[in-house]
Amino acid sequence: MPDEMKPVRADNIRELQEMTAASDTRDYLHAAARQAQRQYDDYELIVDVDAHLQEGRFWDELVEYMDSDVLRYTAQQQLAGGIRAPLINMQPGMSFQALGGRVPHQSGPGEKVEDPATHGHPFAQIVMRGMDSMGVDYQMIFPTAMLHLGMNPMEDIEINMARAYCRWLVEKVLPESPRLLGLVYLPFNDPVESEKIVKEFGGHKQIVGFTICAVRHKPVHHNQYMRLYSMIEETGKPLVFHAGPHWDDPSFSQLNRFISMHALSFVHYNLIHMTNWIINALPERFPKLKVVWIESGLAWIPYLMQRLDHEVLMRQSEAPGLKRMPSEYMQDMFYSSQPMERWDMKMLEATMTKMKADTQLLFASDWPHWDFDPPSSVTTLPFLSEQSKKNILGLNAAKLFNLPVKRMRPHAKDVIAARARHRVS
Amino acid sequence: MPDEQKPVSAGQVRELAEITVTTDSRDYLFAAAKQAQKQYDDYELIVDIDAHLQETRFWPEIIPFMDNDVLRETALQQLKGGIANPLLNSQPGMNFQAMEGRIPHQAGPREKVTNPDKPGAAFVEIMRRNMDFMGVDYQVIFPTALLNLGMNPMEDTELQMARAYSRWLTELVMPQDPRLIALLYLPLNSVEECERMVKEYGANPQIAGFTICSVRNKPVHHNQYMRLYRMIEETGKPLVFHAGPFWGDPSFAQLNRFISMHALSFVHYNLIHMTNWVINALPERFPKLKLVWIESGLAWIPYLMQRLDHEVLMRQSEAPGLKRMPSEYMQDMYYSSQPLERWDMKYTEATFEKIKADTQLLYASDWPHWDFDPPASITTLPFLSEQAKKNILGLNAAKLFNLPVKRVRPRAADVMAMRGPERIS
Amino acid sequence: MPDVIVAKASSFPDPGRKVFDVGGTEFGVFKLGGQFYAWENRCPHLDGPACQGKILPCATEAVNEDKTSRGREFSKTDMNVVCPWHGFEFDIRTGRHPTNNAVRLRAVKMRVEGDDIVVSLRD
Ligand code: FES
Repeated sequence: MPDEMKPVRADNIRELQEMTAASDTRDYLHAAARQAQRQYDDYELIVDVDAHLQEGRFWDELVEYMDSDVLRYTAQQQLAGGIRAPLINMQPGMSFQALGGRVPHQSGPGEKVEDPATHGHPFAQIVMRGMDSMGVDYQMIFPTAMLHLGMNPMEDIEINMARAYCRWLVEKVLPESPRLLGLVYLPFNDPVESEKIVKEFGGHKQIVGFTICAVRHKPVHHNQYMRLYSMIEETGKPLVFHAGPHWDDPSFSQLNRFISMHALSFVHYNLIHMTNWIINALPERFPKLKVVWIESGLAWIPYLMQRLDHEVLMRQSEAPGLKRMPSEYMQDMFYSSQPMERWDMKMLEATMTKMKADTQLLFASDWPHWDFDPPSSVTTLPFLSEQSKKNILGLNAAKLFNLPVKRMRPHAKDVIAARARHRVS
Repeated sequence: MPDEQKPVSAGQVRELAEITVTTDSRDYLFAAAKQAQKQYDDYELIVDIDAHLQETRFWPEIIPFMDNDVLRETALQQLKGGIANPLLNSQPGMNFQAMEGRIPHQAGPREKVTNPDKPGAAFVEIMRRNMDFMGVDYQVIFPTALLNLGMNPMEDTELQMARAYSRWLTELVMPQDPRLIALLYLPLNSVEECERMVKEYGANPQIAGFTICSVRNKPVHHNQYMRLYRMIEETGKPLVFHAGPFWGDPSFAQLNRFISMHALSFVHYNLIHMTNWVINALPERFPKLKLVWIESGLAWIPYLMQRLDHEVLMRQSEAPGLKRMPSEYMQDMYYSSQPLERWDMKYTEATFEKIKADTQLLYASDWPHWDFDPPASITTLPFLSEQAKKNILGLNAAKLFNLPVKRVRPRAADVMAMRGPERIS
Repeated sequence: MPDVIVAKASSFPDPGRKVFDVGGTEFGVFKLGGQFYAWENRCPHLDGPACQGKILPCATEAVNEDKTSRGREFSKTDMNVVCPWHGFEFDIRTGRHPTNNAVRLRAVKMRVEGDDIVVSLRD
């Protein structure tokens, strides 16, 4: 073998470690930064309308903000006793999101942060790492553990948690960076408290909308909510339905694997709330209220559009408030992109056409959840025009949430370079 | 005005009466016969794989076939006391299908027959009328009232009803007309009884398959059913899931209109059973078992295909029996066409392609239910080839159910000519 | 680019894995049953770092002769590497996803020379 063909010991070899729950977000998302560099670094604005915090790490701070001293004390004692999400109606033993450790970021963040005194709140530090690596200008953050709170039979827990979370957000987290945005959690079991919380936090610049966590059994068309919707309509900020998992309906208890429940139940509550919303003609009652549907993918939208369109013309007397077809009202609403069903591009294209993705679709990462989508989930779609990609990745959200179209994120190559020396995995 | 433009009293003016619940099926479906004549009278075979009987009129014939004397006597006494659907867990006061009389045929049939006293004859005559007027060669009949029986807490009621209905069908009704075929109701709450019934009736040439009424909370992947599925697989006849309405789950109790519940719940149980069927890899365990899904329209199929495809590659360890994508298994299954969502032709076309309608779609009328589809629902689809229409309207079913491809229905022209002089409405 | 020696074969546990970045090209070298395999550290799903995930036996549906299921069991023979981004699993020997064989990792040319693991990287 001639000398120049002989294998060499390269000096630029770096061994990369396994990803774990303790991995640094910047390493975890290194591949995303490379995608950003290749695919969308020149886009003016990337907005991620749904990212989460795994509150386990920050719960003790949140609890401090609870108004009720009795509940606060209870929560503190539960924390001290090793209960990680105090007062929350979750079943930790039924949590399979992280796939038995196969998807470690879901169980994080266990990573180290810089000194908060000089680098800011640890939560903000971690979120900023994610944003910079994915190449995101603005990110809307939402608490995972509160997704089920609507099912908590102790109504005062929902109210107290909602306020504590909002206060923690606006007092501790949002001041850290103008790139962080939040949504008010509406304690929907109590319409009066929901109205109060809209008044109290609705004017905050970085609070860009109001969330109903969809997993709940309070019908959204009930008269008790009409004043709340009027108030929200007046703020000009959207009402956001956030889907979640639920396994408790008798019919769902037939599903014997997490994947089955997850596939169906996120969509299930959307189907119910959207159907009630339309059939009871709320779009006619609140024509200026903007509605957003988050985290159920897209495939359910044409399904429900077609199913409702099919029935309303036959049963007019049961939905007499409607002046247009259900699909037309649904085409006026906004949808988050994640988890985007990308297996059948033809079907996805038909879906995006049907839902008017060009103007109505909003990129969401859902980071750091197991089924998160990086921005490349949009940029690599073969049927979208450059303009559509830009709309979906940021411009639609800028319009909806009234954000300046002005780059705030660092350039991908700088992000990669800054981390290069410290990269472990 | 010239003379020939003056209005004249025509000799052939006929006044048509309002259509009511006592209207003769032939008048009710006269327009369908006209469609048959114009659109598909030359097709060799039309098979309707789902039509119903409104049993109220026939319960007195069915009840005597119940084996158990205690239940039989109970049912007879209930009948006498004015309970129209004895032993059934239906809520007559929550029945809005007929839309408060707007759709009379849903509340029938109260039309006159030639031979009212001969057992089974009235039923056969009425079915024959609608078959002839819709231009259908074979019709699969199924009892409406049994659709919710899976939720009946009295297990013996389910199995007694199942047996009584099957005996009524096979002993009294079907021998009177070879164009009627049926699916055997499986009392799935008693698996051994199901097996017995498959043995007893599986060879009957007019029993075309076996039905699981979907509205139930028994998981279809449970080990107890494996022997049953194997037996059915060996008969070569398909296993058919028949959807139905249900308002009982806590989440569904939020829906405040029948239309809302109807739009979602028919699909709901399909979603659950299909998800369990696929995720637990039953297609791999019973590769020759043919599956049919009836009465949920088509829009849900691409939705579920995309949703499951999206999740299985990520969560392999939760569905490890799968060797192909969920959508591929689903493309091997059969679907009934009704209630066909025909509002957005572009998306309907995409759906047809996705489910391989050419070979997998089976026309169903669901007559006499409020949302029935005449065969014209298929023939008028602008994107289908003639061959595809023929397949969907009959040839696919002929293959699946092993029916001879040979016209047995009368000509549309003859049908109309015969009724002509007697037509009232 | 000339062939590159990346590690000592004897430094691998069995089953075991090391992931390398050579001038921006990332790949994983795996040892299983005495054999070595090398795959690009790029998931066919969304380009995630597939080789840097957990190494686990492949889960199977344990179906009995009569078609009943005993539930799930780990395979005694097949080992997967799991992409830590979203959980796609790949057979270490074939690089293929167990559910859909068309979904797979791209192979990296690799050989063992003496105790050297040598890879040929495309420029
Ligand atoms: S990128 Fe590997 S599983 Fe998604």
